[in-house]
Amino acid sequence: MSGALNLDAAFSALADPTRRAILARLAKGEATVMELARPFEMTQPAISQHLKVLEDAGLVAGRVDGAKRPRRLAKAGIEAMDQWLAMLRKALEKSYDRLDEVLAGMEQPKITRGEKR
Amino acid sequence: MSKLNLKTEGDTHVVVTRRFAAPPEAVYRAHTDPKLIQKWLLGPEGWTMPVCINDARPGGKFRYEWTNGKGGGFHVTGEFLELEPYGRIAHVERMHLPDPTPDCHVETKFDADGTGTLMTLRMALPDAQTRASMLATGMEHGMEASYVRLEGMI
Repeated sequence: MSGALNLDAAFSALADPTRRAILARLAKGEATVMELARPFEMTQPAISQHLKVLEDAGLVAGRVDGAKRPRRLAKAGIEAMDQWLAMLRKALEKSYDRLDEVLAGMEQPKITRGEKR
Repeated sequence: MSKLNLKTEGDTHVVVTRRFAAPPEAVYRAHTDPKLIQKWLLGPEGWTMPVCINDARPGGKFRYEWTNGKGGGFHVTGEFLELEPYGRIAHVERMHLPDPTPDCHVETKFDADGTGTLMTLRMALPDAQTRASMLATGMEHGMEASYVRLEGMI
């Protein structure tokens, strides 16, 4: 099964550098086991084993295309990126709102060289 | 309406722009003077930065430590690569969660914009594992709601 992001499984799946590299490759678009095996100089069964771990963690999903089964990043894995970006945005917005106040309280600095309009 | 604009640049970078009412010299100072940094670079509500060591010169190191006052905390260490007063700062940093994340290169530019400043922050996107670790930290940092949403995405 795929689609559900299992956090514990996702963390252990991500602990392996080969699996992180597979995710990085899939971030660029879907790929078959054969296409994934090539750059990693690994056998297809070895890649399939890694893919199973990633699928069980909900990070990777596949579809049937004739005899092939191309894999792609699962929706939850992609949305995890959006979550991270949302966290970054929230933290920065809060920080920069505070910076507005800090700047308002600073002495007005003199006009500096090189300042262009 | 948010004044902050955040977008990804390809698969590798995130670019943030934000306008400030003060001129570049002031915004630059607020990014390099530890006493000023401690007042604003705090992220979500409830966090403070008890340790802010910042040697703002090329090759100089910095160390920022945050705490939520409830036993939660983490720190960032980094080095300044280039400083061009009052227009640009390039640095590399890593979070300690507590294991260090891979080095992240950050470039911050301050351009005069009328009487204010347009700041552009460009940083490399962390890898999936780092993002997951940071999100896990975010949960401790009082962002349970978004994490619960993540778990519910089935």
